[in-house]
Amino acid sequence: MIRIENLTIHAGRFRLTDVNFEIPTGEYGVLMGKTGSGKTTILEAICGLKRISQGRILLVGREVTHLKPASRGVGFVPQDGALFPRMTVYNHLAFSLVIRKWSREATDRRVRELAEILGLGSLLPRRPEGLSGGEKQRVALGRALAFRPEVLCLDEPLSALDEDTKEETYELLLSVQKVTGVTVLHVTHSSQESAKLATRTFRLVDGAVTPMGRAEERL
Amino acid sequence: MTEAAPLTSRLETVREKSDAPFLVGLVLISSVYILLIVAMLAADASFTSPHHLLEAMNTPEIQYAVKLSLISCSLTTILSLWVAVPIGYLLSRYAFRGKSLVDAILDIPIVLPPLVIGLSLLILFQTPPGRFIERFVPVTYAIPSIILAQFMVACAFAVRTMLATFGQISPRQEHVALTLGCMRSQAFWLVVLPEARRGVLTAATLAWARSLGEFGPILIFSGATRMKTEVLPTTVFLELSVGNIEAAVAVSLLMVTAAVLVLVIVRLFGQEEAIR
Repeated sequence: MIRIENLTIHAGRFRLTDVNFEIPTGEYGVLMGKTGSGKTTILEAICGLKRISQGRILLVGREVTHLKPASRGVGFVPQDGALFPRMTVYNHLAFSLVIRKWSREATDRRVRELAEILGLGSLLPRRPEGLSGGEKQRVALGRALAFRPEVLCLDEPLSALDEDTKEETYELLLSVQKVTGVTVLHVTHSSQESAKLATRTFRLVDGAVTPMGRAEERL
Repeated sequence: MTEAAPLTSRLETVREKSDAPFLVGLVLISSVYILLIVAMLAADASFTSPHHLLEAMNTPEIQYAVKLSLISCSLTTILSLWVAVPIGYLLSRYAFRGKSLVDAILDIPIVLPPLVIGLSLLILFQTPPGRFIERFVPVTYAIPSIILAQFMVACAFAVRTMLATFGQISPRQEHVALTLGCMRSQAFWLVVLPEARRGVLTAATLAWARSLGEFGPILIFSGATRMKTEVLPTTVFLELSVGNIEAAVAVSLLMVTAAVLVLVIVRLFGQEEAIR
């Protein structure tokens, strides 16, 4: 579960006050808002990358408001992927496991498993340079999922993809969420993405988050 | 359709002129400077002969100076990187009160006249803390003074390079690394530094080349004692002052060769990186 209580963030001129919302465990939450509305800021606050002025952040029943990003257990896929230019795809998928001192065999098993799910098998020895937009996004997703986080934060993961790749990625995101049961917060400005993916949609307008109801209720 | 015709003819009234004068100007100005550089080096080369070079290289003083220059420049480079990488990273990633002042202070060694740096170091080591250090390690007019004098200037250039390098690397990758379980130090070693490799190499080259040519601060702070505090620029100065121009030019060419070699190595390394 992702629960935001009375969240207040000041960043320069930018200000978000008293933001509240909750995504229950295992649901796919989409937060919609215009460019510059502060959706990425909320996402970064959940990941521990943005200092917050007030409020609480709870993930899977645990308060993480003052924890470092490393201790929050959030899989984060930033906009454009932000892959590590000098690492192979294999090393991307293994990164969080090496940090957690997994054994070589366990790491290798997990990397192969992820590569299988995400269709990255043939790309494992490659570096990010020369990968297509969709491939990069899948590597970023695999890197975020490797350590089996219970919460996954996606920042406009589809914005740089062409239409065909987008369609494939919808399928992939849904199947990944089904397989892993991860609670997702997906930030976007596209209502199409929300319609395809969300089980719960929120809208961020003028610094306030309002729920738009469960997908099935809307249908 | 008939109305489109006047529009087109109006567009055509922009008379086509040649770009040639602009391009010729660019090429002329550029070539004057480039020719001057090459001519300078060619004049050096024509002034000396392999015989002079060998003769110069066979004197123990010059051999000593070559050795001391190589060792001191390498030590200075290591020291400079050791300092420039943390400073560059700190300034590029963290905002704090007085940051612009720190930034300005870091430029001082670049804008100060070299002689003034030497004099300031000399005076610094006459103060009580300076003298305290001298009680344990002789610095002034000794070899450590050479490294310190080189370091003061070379490091400033290395800092500028590292600052630019880290500034160009998006912090986003580090952020991802943090969410993946890294401490800040791990994110730095595993993600940022590998990306900054070329910048580190450039900073090292710049520091090395600056230290090789450093003379002003060394003359004041280290003196110009043969076989003791004599680095290659000191040799050029000493040989010139006794009228031995052949030896001075020979040593100069040696330094030119070293500098060009370093430049070529870096270029090759850079290209290899680009191909990967």
